Amino acid sequence: MEIMDPTTPRIRLFAVLLKATLLFALFNFAFLFLQNIPFGKFSLYNSLLPGRERLPYGEVPESYSVSLFDVDAMFASHVIAGREKAPGEYRVLLIGDSSVWGTLLEPEETLAGQLNANALEACGKTVRAYNLGYPTLSLLKELMLLDHALQYQPDMIIWLTTLESFPQERQLTSPLVANNAARARELIGRYQLSADPNDPELVDLSKWDQTFVGQRRAIADHLRLQLYGTLWASTGIDQVYPENYVRAQIDLEPSDEFHGLTPADLPSFAEALAFDVLEAGLSAASVPTLLVNEPILISNGANSDIRYNFFYPRWAYDEYRKLLLERSAKYEWNYFDFWDLAPMQEFTNSGVHLTPEGEAMLTEKVAEAIQATCR
Amino acid sequence: MGLLQVGASILTSLLIGALTGAAVLRTRFAQTARTYLLLAFSILAVYWFQPLVPLRSFDFWLPSLTLALVVLTWFITSSGGAPAQADAPAEPWWRSPQNSIALLLIVGLPALIALSRYFLPEPIFTAAPPPRFIIFLVFVIALAIAIALTSWLSRRLLWVLSALIVFLILVLIVLKTPALSLQTSIFFRTLTNRSLENAASTDLRWLGFSYIAFRLIHVLRDKQAGRLPPLSLAEFGTYVVFFPSLAAGPIDRAERFAGDLRKDFALTQDDTLAAGIRIFAGLFKKFVIADTLALIALNDLLATQVRGSGWMWVILYAYTFQIYFDFSGYTDIAVGIARLAGIKLPENFAAPYLKPNITQFWNSWHMTLTQWIRNYFFNPFNRWIRRFKRIPAWTMILIGQAATMLLIGLWHGITLNFIIWGLWHGIGLFLQNRWSDFIRTHYPNLQQNSRLQSVLQVGGVIVTFHFVALGWVFFALSEPGLSWQVILKLFGVYSSR
Repeated sequence: MEIMDPTTPRIRLFAVLLKATLLFALFNFAFLFLQNIPFGKFSLYNSLLPGRERLPYGEVPESYSVSLFDVDAMFASHVIAGREKAPGEYRVLLIGDSSVWGTLLEPEETLAGQLNANALEACGKTVRAYNLGYPTLSLLKELMLLDHALQYQPDMIIWLTTLESFPQERQLTSPLVANNAARARELIGRYQLSADPNDPELVDLSKWDQTFVGQRRAIADHLRLQLYGTLWASTGIDQVYPENYVRAQIDLEPSDEFHGLTPADLPSFAEALAFDVLEAGLSAASVPTLLVNEPILISNGANSDIRYNFFYPRWAYDEYRKLLLERSAKYEWNYFDFWDLAPMQEFTNSGVHLTPEGEAMLTEKVAEAIQATCR
Repeated sequence: MGLLQVGASILTSLLIGALTGAAVLRTRFAQTARTYLLLAFSILAVYWFQPLVPLRSFDFWLPSLTLALVVLTWFITSSGGAPAQADAPAEPWWRSPQNSIALLLIVGLPALIALSRYFLPEPIFTAAPPPRFIIFLVFVIALAIAIALTSWLSRRLLWVLSALIVFLILVLIVLKTPALSLQTSIFFRTLTNRSLENAASTDLRWLGFSYIAFRLIHVLRDKQAGRLPPLSLAEFGTYVVFFPSLAAGPIDRAERFAGDLRKDFALTQDDTLAAGIRIFAGLFKKFVIADTLALIALNDLLATQVRGSGWMWVILYAYTFQIYFDFSGYTDIAVGIARLAGIKLPENFAAPYLKPNITQFWNSWHMTLTQWIRNYFFNPFNRWIRRFKRIPAWTMILIGQAATMLLIGLWHGITLNFIIWGLWHGIGLFLQNRWSDFIRTHYPNLQQNSRLQSVLQVGGVIVTFHFVALGWVFFALSEPGLSWQVILKLFGVYSSR
């Protein structure tokens, strides 16, 4: 056995463990009071690492990206947060769902990427488009991102949307909205939206959830996002591109239901849609805002007389387009309906995800719309 | 080992250390009890740590075979089998209650695990439900006959020990050669009427076998050389499958390990604190640093995806540090846990990336493996090659270094990439040897110039680190072509896009 030197101060193990436990407990609960510090804004992107071309979204490590709920961190990793607006830049923000974000598309193949490649001129300046699309379908999610993006001095906003983002029941179910309860409530209050601010979908963190231990997942995600920045920078990859994927459904179910609604619900159809969120978004910015009804897959397969595609029965989609047109006329929105722009073969794994060629068709139309709005 | 297994191992060691250290138990019995407790938990750990394999019940049979090899090797190396000294009489194992108790544990605990399929809804110590008890019983009887026969033969035929060494090496070769592993998997799948479609070389993941085999070979070789001290079955079994070092070493020496087991041990606060710090450091290295770096470390996919030389270096540095923190973290955990139970496992790492030359790097990287290879291959090989007087000295050095490092490479896996990695280091060691010789001969006064010495020291660290890092390109990737592509990318010669 080792013989201790009597002059060496003896360490009392129990005291060490007790102090360590107390210190950790103190640190853990002190974290509770740091909630207002926007840790998400501290980022390696746009300094050590190049900013991402689109918001971080990824469910598997191979995507070199991660889905998180911290809007500050998401934007801090985006190229827009690190780019001073040049005098000659005409800054266009693209808001929308996964079709704008660019599922299965490389950054340069997305609408933003192709607009930038065209070196478009508008209002005597060069158009620089920023991809602020984000997967999941909810207008409130898009309003939330738009609201945050306004600080980046846009000259124009283009909001591309589709009917599937409109149902009232979808507004709070997007994980990004559900886990940003304070932001969602603030928007509901500011724009007097019909969504229930006390809806149980909105996640309210308990005191324990706000401690260091409770926030461990969020902290880990934030750190992972920084690490994946290395892989994004070194590979240019920010999502998984499978060699094979299941193509969007062509042969459809013989159902005319849309979120539980049938043609019998036609008179009250508008009430089921969150037009109030759309109106809020279109009035949020003091710069021109274009509303684009994005292309959808129009199937010619089984039951295509009942449905356009997996998402939409014909009656519901036709009514939605009619409503959009009426409201655009009433509120003088810059509305562009590109719903039937792309042929069936230009869709990938969903009725709203375009191929690079499909995106090129949309880019051409959107470019015309930008120039038509800003002569 | 996952965090749960690490946690359970810490608690077990702490409990064993505390129990045997308790004042009322400080007797010879307490020390013997410590050995039995360590053996018992190690036996359970052999099953618990074994990952699930796609071959039916192999997560039970592979650990059982580990224990079978332990018993077999002990029987033919101990006085229970061949005498320790040629003139010493062999004592039957059953005369020693210690050995009988150990044998009871080695057979009884797996029997309980096998029986657990009849009373537990979900398996606890195996990843999948264990096989039927009758099959286990047949296995034990067959094993007993095989051991009795081998033991009887070993007393009469000297080559039995060599045959067992050859057998262990052959098993290692099969496990480490992807094509042979695949064929073995296909064989077992055919035998058990399972689909051959999903057969893979990874089907035979035998937990810790590389380490177990080297411990057994060490014992067998020492027995042949007459260097092996007498060990009880409990000491021997605990040594081979000691739970902290089961999955990732270090490779201890049997006589040193047994010495620790025989020492009086009482867990003190200082021991606990020192072990705790070591475990905490290991957990941090492995589960925080290494696992974080693993996200961005070089792998086959990144090798093809990374664009640009600068980023490729970043990915390679990430791998270089990941492999160090992963492995040395595990060693820290193992050393810490073992210390709680009064076992001072040997060190495996001593700041290897801060060494100024490749020889010193290998004296501080996976030290117990290099020590093993030195003892059982390099030194005997050098003695043998020196008999050929016509071979120039430098050629002998080259062959010795290259062959040794090739063996270390093959220990990691019998693939072209590990062979290249081994040769890379073998040639590196040879070149460094020649360089040192050149400097010693031509610049004998270099030692006196302290400034130049410092420059050479720093330069040596940088060069050695990068030499090792470049070697990892072959170690980390599966194909030489891919590795070559990465080397070209690192030096800006090749771009994937």
